[in-house]
Amino acid sequence: MTALTTAISPAPVIDERQTFGDILHAEWTKLRTIRSTGWNLGTVLAGVIAVGMIVCAATAANWGTMTAADRAGFDPTFGSLKGLYVGELAVGVLGALVITSEYATGMIRSTLAAMPGRRAVLAAKGVTMAAVVFVVSTLASFVAFFCGQAILAGKAGISITDHGALRAVIGGGLFLTVLSLFALGIGAIFRHTAGAISAFVGAVLVLPAIVSPLPNPWGRDITKFLPSNAGQAIFDVHANSGTLAPWTGFAVLCGWAVAALGLAAWLINRRDA
Amino acid sequence: MITARHLTKRYGTTLAVDDLSFDVLPGRVTGFLGPNGAGKSTTMRMIMGLDAPATGEVTVNGTPYRSHNRPLREVGALLDARAFQGGRSAYNHLLFLAHSNRIPRRRVDEVLDIVGLTGVAHKRAGGFSMGMGQRLGIAAALLGDPGVLLFDEPVNGLDPEGIVWIRNLLKSLAAEGRTVFVSSHLMSEMAITADHLVVIGRGRLIAETSVQEFIERSSDVHVQVRSPQNDTLAWLLKTNGADVELAGDGALAVRGVDTAAVGDLAARHAIVLHELLLSEPSLETAYMELTHDAVDYRAAS
Repeated sequence: MTALTTAISPAPVIDERQTFGDILHAEWTKLRTIRSTGWNLGTVLAGVIAVGMIVCAATAANWGTMTAADRAGFDPTFGSLKGLYVGELAVGVLGALVITSEYATGMIRSTLAAMPGRRAVLAAKGVTMAAVVFVVSTLASFVAFFCGQAILAGKAGISITDHGALRAVIGGGLFLTVLSLFALGIGAIFRHTAGAISAFVGAVLVLPAIVSPLPNPWGRDITKFLPSNAGQAIFDVHANSGTLAPWTGFAVLCGWAVAALGLAAWLINRRDA
Repeated sequence: MITARHLTKRYGTTLAVDDLSFDVLPGRVTGFLGPNGAGKSTTMRMIMGLDAPATGEVTVNGTPYRSHNRPLREVGALLDARAFQGGRSAYNHLLFLAHSNRIPRRRVDEVLDIVGLTGVAHKRAGGFSMGMGQRLGIAAALLGDPGVLLFDEPVNGLDPEGIVWIRNLLKSLAAEGRTVFVSSHLMSEMAITADHLVVIGRGRLIAETSVQEFIERSSDVHVQVRSPQNDTLAWLLKTNGADVELAGDGALAVRGVDTAAVGDLAARHAIVLHELLLSEPSLETAYMELTHDAVDYRAAS
């Protein structure tokens, strides 16, 4: 340890307010310097690509023995993007952890002491996380699509310019991005990692499983509006009565995320740190 | 400086802080004492704008914490030990704090050097010992070179060398004119380090005074005298109106007269004295006496 020299050169008088840019800078530094971010994004990348390729490879392998009805029912775009279901869980964990791990470790107090504007902190977390999730998941969707189509070449492969394919691929990136924001909102509401992830998994996996077997029209009509079901419409090229129209479904998912984040923003100012 | 006025905080039905008012002035170390559950951590969180008081207000340098432009440049605090995410390095932990308040990057290296963590700056903080984690928290408090410092149990986990280092750090910070507010249970350290005290119990203010006056206020200040003619001396003192008690080790504890009076009295009656001193209680005994009724969680003894 050195001798005590605690003072720095005289600091200038601080008149400028803390800007959103400062908060954004801090949250970006936080996001890019913790190991779990890389792990989660790596899982998204690997999961989306690998599962898509496996589905396409299995279909290609079985193509010869499939019936005409089965072949017609197979959607090459949707098949290659099946990995997005794996991506759902990974972005859910990432979104929740971005906020819940601060409460778990007590670091939230350092964060809110450094940046007392709590809604701005929540917003900055959302912006930085959404940016990286969008880049990684859109990249993953593109790679999954092209690899899948390459595997399916000659049997069921299509081109990116085919009807709905480009929208589905970019939509896959948008889907995971908005889901991560939904998870962030849930995380900020629960402030507890296990609770938030359970609630997220409940909304995305368990609720559809419980609701869809209900007698129609309730089963079918309510399920369409559940977060992941509604969002999936954007990368499902073939419309059917069980899903909303692509952008309508995406808008419903956005609505879920806005509701979760809105409630979180309201709560974060009222509750103690 | 810190100014608290009529702070009240409830958690459910529990009244954690009850109409608490005090001032913490710059240029000296102010100790914040109280039994467990007295409301010290709650009060510090209210000062930092982390918990909202039910009524009352607290300001730092005249402004509520959350209204400061760059809070870290005005107030530095160590509230929780190991309050950081383990998957990030110490350097990066301080870096994001620096970014949030536009503190220059070189300051991160400076504070790491001050606390002695330069060698492990780029190791993940999850692997730190308790003492290292504590040092990281202190580094974060010093990062903005603030004029006001709050420390909650700063010596937790520090080895003897670290305890001496903290003591000197707190004193030098106060000597530089900063406001230093330290909460601690380590009475021996508080006695040496603090100049002024704010003592609370069950959420209420018990005392706000200098350390010296606090000790003197305790009823345990007495003259200790030892003589081969204890009985005679005791009788003489009682006749002169003093209150005399026989201590366990054979000395007399005399209250009501000063040492000079005892010495003169003994000399007038040719009584030999082997020991004559003014016994002041330690901060610990003064504190225990004053907060006796305010202790919520007392072990069976």
